[in-house]
Amino acid sequence: MAQTAIDIDIDEIIERYPGKPEYLIFLLQDIQEAFNYISAEALTLVCDHTGVPESQAYAVATFYNSFSLEPKGENIVHVCLGTACHLKGSGLIAENLMRKLGLDGPGTTEDLKYTVETVNCLGACALAPVALVNGDYQPKVTSPKLMKTVQKLGDE
Amino acid sequence: MLSLTIDGKKVEAEAGWSLLDTARQHGIEIPTLCYHEAVEPFGACRLCVVELKQGNNSRLVASCVYPAEEGLEVYTDSEKVNNVRRWILEMLLSECPASSEIRQMAAQYGVETTRFEISDPEQECILCGLCVRACAQVVGANAISTVGRGAQKEIGSPYLTPGDDCVACGTCVTVCPTGAMSARFERVRGVPAVVMVRSVKG
Amino acid sequence: MQVTAKDSANLRLGSLEELEQLRSELKAAEDPNQTRIIVCHGTGCIANGSAGVTQALKDALAAAGEDIEVMPGIKTTGCHGFCSRGPLVIIKPKNIFYQQVKPKDAEEIVQKTIQAGETVERLLYEHPQTGEKIETTEDIPFYAGQQRVVLANIGQIDPTKIDDAMRAGAYAGVAKALTNMEPQQVIDAVINSGLRGRGGAGFPTGIKWNLAAKHQGGQKYVLCNADEGDPGAFMDRSVMEGDPHAVVEGMIIGGYAIGADTGYVYVRAEYPLAIKHLEKALVDARAYGLLGENILGSGFNFDIRINRGAGAFVCGEETALMRSVEGKVGEPVPRPPYPSDKGLFGKPSVLNNVETWANVSRILDKGADWFAGLGTEKSKGTKVFALVGKVNNVGLVEVPMGIKLREIVMEIGGGVPGSDHFKAVQTGGPSGGCLPWQDAELPVDFDSLIAAGSMMGSGGMIVMDDRDCMVDVAKYFLGFLEEESCGKCFPCRLGVPRLRETLNRFSKGEGTVQDIDDLYSLAEAIKAGSLCALGGTAPNAVLSTLRYFRDEYEAHILEHRCPAGVCKDLITYSIDPEVCTGCRACTRACPQDAISGEKKKPHTIDESLCIRCGMCFESCKFGAVQVQ
Repeated sequence: MAQTAIDIDIDEIIERYPGKPEYLIFLLQDIQEAFNYISAEALTLVCDHTGVPESQAYAVATFYNSFSLEPKGENIVHVCLGTACHLKGSGLIAENLMRKLGLDGPGTTEDLKYTVETVNCLGACALAPVALVNGDYQPKVTSPKLMKTVQKLGDE
Repeated sequence: MLSLTIDGKKVEAEAGWSLLDTARQHGIEIPTLCYHEAVEPFGACRLCVVELKQGNNSRLVASCVYPAEEGLEVYTDSEKVNNVRRWILEMLLSECPASSEIRQMAAQYGVETTRFEISDPEQECILCGLCVRACAQVVGANAISTVGRGAQKEIGSPYLTPGDDCVACGTCVTVCPTGAMSARFERVRGVPAVVMVRSVKG
Repeated sequence: MQVTAKDSANLRLGSLEELEQLRSELKAAEDPNQTRIIVCHGTGCIANGSAGVTQALKDALAAAGEDIEVMPGIKTTGCHGFCSRGPLVIIKPKNIFYQQVKPKDAEEIVQKTIQAGETVERLLYEHPQTGEKIETTEDIPFYAGQQRVVLANIGQIDPTKIDDAMRAGAYAGVAKALTNMEPQQVIDAVINSGLRGRGGAGFPTGIKWNLAAKHQGGQKYVLCNADEGDPGAFMDRSVMEGDPHAVVEGMIIGGYAIGADTGYVYVRAEYPLAIKHLEKALVDARAYGLLGENILGSGFNFDIRINRGAGAFVCGEETALMRSVEGKVGEPVPRPPYPSDKGLFGKPSVLNNVETWANVSRILDKGADWFAGLGTEKSKGTKVFALVGKVNNVGLVEVPMGIKLREIVMEIGGGVPGSDHFKAVQTGGPSGGCLPWQDAELPVDFDSLIAAGSMMGSGGMIVMDDRDCMVDVAKYFLGFLEEESCGKCFPCRLGVPRLRETLNRFSKGEGTVQDIDDLYSLAEAIKAGSLCALGGTAPNAVLSTLRYFRDEYEAHILEHRCPAGVCKDLITYSIDPEVCTGCRACTRACPQDAISGEKKKPHTIDESLCIRCGMCFESCKFGAVQVQ
């Protein structure tokens, strides 16, 4: 679980790596992990440290799927859409979950409670269809089972 | 000097020349969109593809980046080459229908209409990235970049909002092959940055 | 994390002799005939609860206490491959194989098997056809048909303990290469072994090394492609989780051969356990002086660092991967210049995938001739496949190259549930294609697969049955690639979505036969015109399904029918009144309130409200909901 922003010192993260362009992605990953997203201020700090022009850092931050420029929800659900999961109906499971949470597609609910993302194979094909709820594998998941797990989180 | 054949004609090239350099040096036309002398070749638009034949094998390479080599057998106008160009141009007609340059080029290959859906009739930008490369390599301002990836890719400044990096030199407008930049530049001249060249959000 | 100078001084192996001495001490310290309990801790088994099983076994052993003569050790290992049967527990030395073990079974295992030497019948694997209970690993068809070279140590060793890996022979290849061979001899051994890259394209590994080695002196790099992005593939994940030292060892050998002092492993961020085990392996190898300066007193310096992927499938392409390691956008760049001349940071670089590096370790240890004796004339060695989808035995299998497709799926894989044949087997991930049942006797090697319109790829093997629609499968892969295209070159960025849109129309029963002809022409343009292999192979999913399943395409277009019952717009759901018990499960599940009926009486679906989400189908415990 990510810590809250207040607990983490962004400067401490920046200082983890030498000030070279090749550490741009490392830094963005650590910031994403710590804060659940990359703020404009954080991106500027990273650019100052690594010497990467802001436009290029922005290109990188928007190119890779794991980076988010907006805060994500408290609970993150990843539904695997790998081939094995696809054949076992994971597409419908993802659609049904998003419909239930009032999302048009992958994204975050307005109350910032949930983020639903799809992922192209978690490499756990024997468990297909599989979902990750806050990092925990949900093997052989069905729509009703996943809804139940997700609703439980909301009640906590 | 290297010796090779292009379209059956024996030609010579200096070491370090690309196939495109060599062809143009000998008056053989190859169409390009993402190529400009002022910046490093990029190999993205693939209009400049040419066919390399070796015995029974053949493959297409982008002539703007492929180096001239001794003994190469190059075809710039084969059916395989033209099939690629026609499809790219037809798809560009639906992607950026507002560009007269693309329409003219497509017409040269007999492509007058497109069977694909037009999503933005105003779109001119073909995402060749010349503006981005010129801004970085020629001007050194690095004010714009590609944003996102794949079909969602667009070109603009960070957060698609004005920043301090644009020096309003107009180089991007000069290199733009379709005029996408000038139309947008008019609109943003009053503000200190190129805000957005192409946005999928329209 | 760095080991302190004192620690490393204590453990450092300064020479071949010291390494061999350590190995013989480690071997002597463990009696192979001693009873040991092995619990699979691969990602699949952990997700199924194997950590709880381990704890329960520990508790049960402690509870039995003095009643046990010799207390057996418990070892947690990487993936045993038989993922659909997890959690797996194996009792050594007899290799008694228990499957689908639950924590509540622990007490019985300890009392019966450990204390009384009996087997627990109900935990044994049952042959799906004969119903016979099988006691040991070796006799289970899933394992009996395999030939484990890369996976040899996985499931045998604790991947977090370097000593356990050393006991099984780790770093013997490094020792041989660094102390007895010139770099060129190492390259020649790899060339003579016939090893071809396991990442997909099958380029001869040794030849690639030679190209980089010919640049005399200067900075060079070796890289490991662990960005296993193909959906339905998890071979590399299991190797890194289960035997990370095999990868580290291969890279040290490669670095020595081409003259590189630095290696990079580029791992998918979706593989946290693999990253953890690799990190531990690096720390331990440094402590033994197997990484760092003057390895085994040879004068060769080498170290490895890990880059986590950030979520871009295209970074599996070698030039894109290198840009990503440089901290840039992962867009491929045209070749030439090839990475062996100008790669990472513009320096000569060699990139191989996880399985290739692991093979290098084995080749140096056991010899090029041994390796060349495995497989076929042009495809040497073995290949690891992730066998998934509609197959009884889902898991990881390693087989000699040239084995028949049927043998993998129907024998090792135990066949297709409820059917005597498969409809199609998809190999090669999004770049590959679908092979039909007519190709069941096809030898699985690099060249045969390409000739059949698919490819080896990294090793995903997805089995499909009659309920899988080929138009839908092709659409799925194109949708995947559309999302993952970097968008740099025009044929891929513009063309892949157009292919997918055409298939979308087909799946709605729209389109014409002319559209099929146009698909071929556009597919040809994308294949020939794209910058990298992602675009260059993107049309394969369409081309191979059209080649073998054209009638299924025509059923969609001409008859507006999806024979497999998958394409939403061409199917209807209904409830069989004979079977329906009126339990209301479907009524509650339906998001559209499209199902009505009195309690305990058969229900009906209002087709005009139904959105074909399948929730009723999933919720029905009686099989009353039907798809047509």
